[in-house]
Amino acid sequence: MSGVSHKPARWTPAHLFEGGPETFAFSPAYRAKAEAQMAKYPPGRQAAAVKALLDLAQRQMEEETGARWLPRAAMDHVADMLSLPRIRVYEVASFYTMFKTRPVGRFHLQVCTTTPCWLRGSDAVLAACRRAAGNIPDGEVSLDGMFSVEEVECLGACVNAPVLWVGDALYEDLDGEATEGILGSLRRGERPAPGSLRGRQASAPEGWPAVEGATLTDIAKTD
Amino acid sequence: MPKLTIDGAGLEVPAGITVLQACELAGKEIPRFCYHERLSIAGNCRMCLVELEKAPKPIASCAYPVADGMVIRTDSPAVRAARRGVMEFLLINHPLDCPICDQGGECDLQDQAMAYGFDRSRFHENKRAVPDKDFGPLIKTVMTRCIHCTRCVRFLTEVAGVPELGATGRGEQMEITTYVERALTSELSGNIIDLCPVGALTSKPYAFIARPWELTKTDSIDVTDAVGSWIRVDSRGGQVLRILPRVNDAINEEWISDKARFSLDGLARRRLDRPWLRKDGRLVPANWGEALQSVASRLRATAPERIAAVAGDQTDCETMAAAKDLFSRLASPNLDCRQDGARLDARRRDFYLFNSTIAGIERADAILLIGTNPRLEAPVLNARIRKRWLAGNVAIGLIGEARALTYEVIHLGTGPAALRALLHGDDPFAATLRSAERPLVVVGQGALARPDGAAVLAAAWTIARQSNGVRLDWHGFNVLHTAAARVGGLDLGFLPGPGGRDIHGILDGARSGEIGLVLSLGADELDPADLGHAFLVHIGTHGGPMAARADVILPGACYTEKSATFVNTEGRVQTTERAVFPPGDAREDWTILRALSELVGLPLPYNSLDALRARLALEPRLAASVGGGCNDPAGPPGDPDMMAEAPFVSPVGDYYRTDPIGRASPTMAACASLRTAPSAIAAE
Repeated sequence: MSGVSHKPARWTPAHLFEGGPETFAFSPAYRAKAEAQMAKYPPGRQAAAVKALLDLAQRQMEEETGARWLPRAAMDHVADMLSLPRIRVYEVASFYTMFKTRPVGRFHLQVCTTTPCWLRGSDAVLAACRRAAGNIPDGEVSLDGMFSVEEVECLGACVNAPVLWVGDALYEDLDGEATEGILGSLRRGERPAPGSLRGRQASAPEGWPAVEGATLTDIAKTD
Repeated sequence: MPKLTIDGAGLEVPAGITVLQACELAGKEIPRFCYHERLSIAGNCRMCLVELEKAPKPIASCAYPVADGMVIRTDSPAVRAARRGVMEFLLINHPLDCPICDQGGECDLQDQAMAYGFDRSRFHENKRAVPDKDFGPLIKTVMTRCIHCTRCVRFLTEVAGVPELGATGRGEQMEITTYVERALTSELSGNIIDLCPVGALTSKPYAFIARPWELTKTDSIDVTDAVGSWIRVDSRGGQVLRILPRVNDAINEEWISDKARFSLDGLARRRLDRPWLRKDGRLVPANWGEALQSVASRLRATAPERIAAVAGDQTDCETMAAAKDLFSRLASPNLDCRQDGARLDARRRDFYLFNSTIAGIERADAILLIGTNPRLEAPVLNARIRKRWLAGNVAIGLIGEARALTYEVIHLGTGPAALRALLHGDDPFAATLRSAERPLVVVGQGALARPDGAAVLAAAWTIARQSNGVRLDWHGFNVLHTAAARVGGLDLGFLPGPGGRDIHGILDGARSGEIGLVLSLGADELDPADLGHAFLVHIGTHGGPMAARADVILPGACYTEKSATFVNTEGRVQTTERAVFPPGDAREDWTILRALSELVGLPLPYNSLDALRARLALEPRLAASVGGGCNDPAGPPGDPDMMAEAPFVSPVGDYYRTDPIGRASPTMAACASLRTAPSAIAAE
C-alpha cells in the first residue's frame, strides 16, 4: 500500500485514491462464490449482483492484502464481470458506506457516535481507538498499517451501547478500558469474541436470566 | 382517455402521460430542473410539485402518471410554498456567483429563483465546495454550481450511448463525475451544456466571451456533415461566437454534434480574405479586378474540353448552379461534385438519398449498415439509430470496420464478401432482413468511394429489394452522405455532361496535361499533387494545400456568412442565413462566378440572390418531397458480381477535422489530439 496519498477530507473524490493493486481478479474460490450470487438473478439481470460481488471483492482484498477495501481495479473487474459500464459500479461502491473506496487499516475501527452510544460513553471508545491508531486523522491508516478509525452512524445495537464495529464483529457494552483491551488483543493477532463485553446475553437486560423479575413477562407472572 | 381537472378547468388527456405533461397541455407552466422530455424521468429535483386533491402531500408531477378524476392545482398557496421551499434547499449549496457565471441570463435556476423562489436565504452554515472536473477541451465545469439534476448523466447514458458520467457518493458528498478523470468520448458531448439547467457545465471555448443578451441570433443550418441539423448562430460585431441547436424532430431532435457546435473558431482563422495571384511562381496579393481578369483571360484562352470544375463538400446550391450555367455557356461538360470519387448514381433521386428519412429510422425493424461508421459520419443520425435500438426488437448488421457505434451490432464482415453472402442468402442476417417488415439498408461513402462503388451500390439496392424493402409504402434503401453539398450537387446535375469527364477523368486529364484549367469550388479535399500542371482557380475560404497550390485564389464565404441552400442526405432543401459578413474582400461564392461570367463575355442571367433562387426553383429535384415509398423497384445498373475484395473503410478517420473550418479550429485540434494520443502512445 505504498505510494498511496491519504487525503483527509471526507468528500475528497475517490478517484484521488488510486493506490492499491494495478490489477485485480477473483481467485477461483471467490469466483465460484461470485458466480453463485449471479446465478440468483434471472438471465440478463446479473447486474443486480453488483453489491454482493463488491463485498466478495472486498473480502478477497482482505485475504490478500490484509485490508478490506475496494481498489479501482477490483471495481473494474466486477464491472467487466457483470458487463456494466464502470461508472455504474463506481456509483454503487461510493454510495454505500460499507464499501471502502480508499485504503483502510488491517482493522478498520467503526465507532458509533449516534445519540444512544454517545450518551453511554462513545467518546471514550472513540478516544481509545484514536490513541491506538496513533492519533492520525480519521479515515487515514496508522503508520503501522494496523488501524484506521471512522465515526459512523447508528449500527443498530443501541441497547448494548456503546458499540464498536471491526470487520464482521460488533463489540458491545464498551468503555474506554474494555476498548483498549480489545484493540490490544487485535494487535496481538487474537480475535476476541464479539458481543457484549459485560457478559450480557444478546440484548437481554443485564444479568438476565439470573435476575428474577427483570422482564415484562416476569412482572406479569408476579402480578 | 382520463379526464382531469387542472386549476378548475376540465381536460381530457391521452392515457399514460404524466401530470406534468397534462399541465402543459392545459397551458400551465410547471417549473422543473431534472425533467427533460427527451430523457428518462428522474424525479429528483422536486421543483415540479403540484397539489393533488386527497393526496396528503404535494406530488412530483414529472413522475406521476395521470388518472381519471384527478383534481390538480398548480398555483395554490400550498404549491407556491412547496416550490419556495424546494428552491431554498437547492440554493443552500449553490454559490452566489451569477455575475461571473457564463450561464447568467439563460440560467434556469436564476429564472426560476426569480419566479418561484424565496427572496433570501436562512442558511447560515458553510456552503459545500466541490472540486471541478476535467471533461476535456469542450466542457468547462464549475461543480459547486451543480444541483444534481443528473440530466448530463442521463443524456450520455441514454442518447449519446457513452455511459461515462455518474453520480458518486451520497447525500452531501454526491458529485457528478467520470470518477477516473478523463475527457468524454462522445461526439455529442456538447449537448450536456445545453441540458445543464445551471452553470455547472458550460462551453469551454466560449467561457467569459459574451452575455446572451449581447448576441444576435440567426437561424441557420449546419454543414459540417450531411444531416443538415438546425442550428442557431449567435454572433456579435461580425464574429460568430457560438452555435446552438434548434429543435427539429425530423432531423436533429434537440441535439447537434460537437463538430457543428465547436468548430466555429475555425471560421475566424486561416481565412482567405483577399484575392491572390501567382506571379513568377509565387502567390502575391491582388485585387478583384486583376484576379478575375486573369481567370477570364485564361478561360477564354483554354479550349472548352480542357477546362473542368470540381465542387467541394460545403459548396452551396447557388454556387453550383452558377458554375454549371457558366460551364454550359463555355460549352464545357467537365463538371463533378463528387470530389471523393464516390460512384453515386444520379439517374434517379432515390439512388442517392437517405430515403427512409432520419425520423423513419425509428420505424425500421432491421438495419444493415454497409461501409459506414455513422457515429463519426453523422453523430446525430447515429443517435437516432441508437434510439431505435433502445426501443428494442431490432437487429442491426454491420459490414465494414468494427467500431463501437453505441449500440450492439452483428458484425457480418469487413468487405464485399459479406455483402455477397447476404445477396445469396448464405448469411443468416439475410433471413432477418427478409422477415423484417421495414428493413433499412444504409450505404456509406466508404463503400461507394472506391473503384467498385457502382457494384456495391447495386448490391445494396438488390439486398433492400430482396428483403422487400423497396415498395410503395416504405423505401428502405439509403445512402448516408458525409458532405453537406453532395446531394445538392447531384440534384442540380453538377455532373459530367455528354462526353464530359468525371472527377477521375478530370484528375487523369490534369496529370496528363489534357485538362489545362481546373476551377475548384472549395474542393479542399482534393490532393493538389493530382492536379499536375493545370491552372488552378480556387474559390475557397481557408488556407490549405489547395490554396497553396492555386494559381488564382478567389476568397469565398463560409456558411455563416451567406444565405445559401443546402440539401441534406434525406433530400431536404434548407437554407442558411447570413449571421456575419465574410472577412475582408471575401465575397459570396456565386457573386464571384457572376462577375467572372461578365468578364468572360458570357454573362449569367441573374444579378441578385432572388433571381438566382428563381432559377433554382425551376430545378425539379429541389422541389421534390422528402421521404415516401418507391414505385419503381428497378435498381442502379451496377453489377454486384464486379465487387472487389478490399474491406470498406469509412472516409471519416479524424472526426474533428473533416473540413477546412474544422482544420483551422484550435478547439477541434485539441479534441483530435486527445483522440489520437492513446494510439500514438501504443504505437511507440
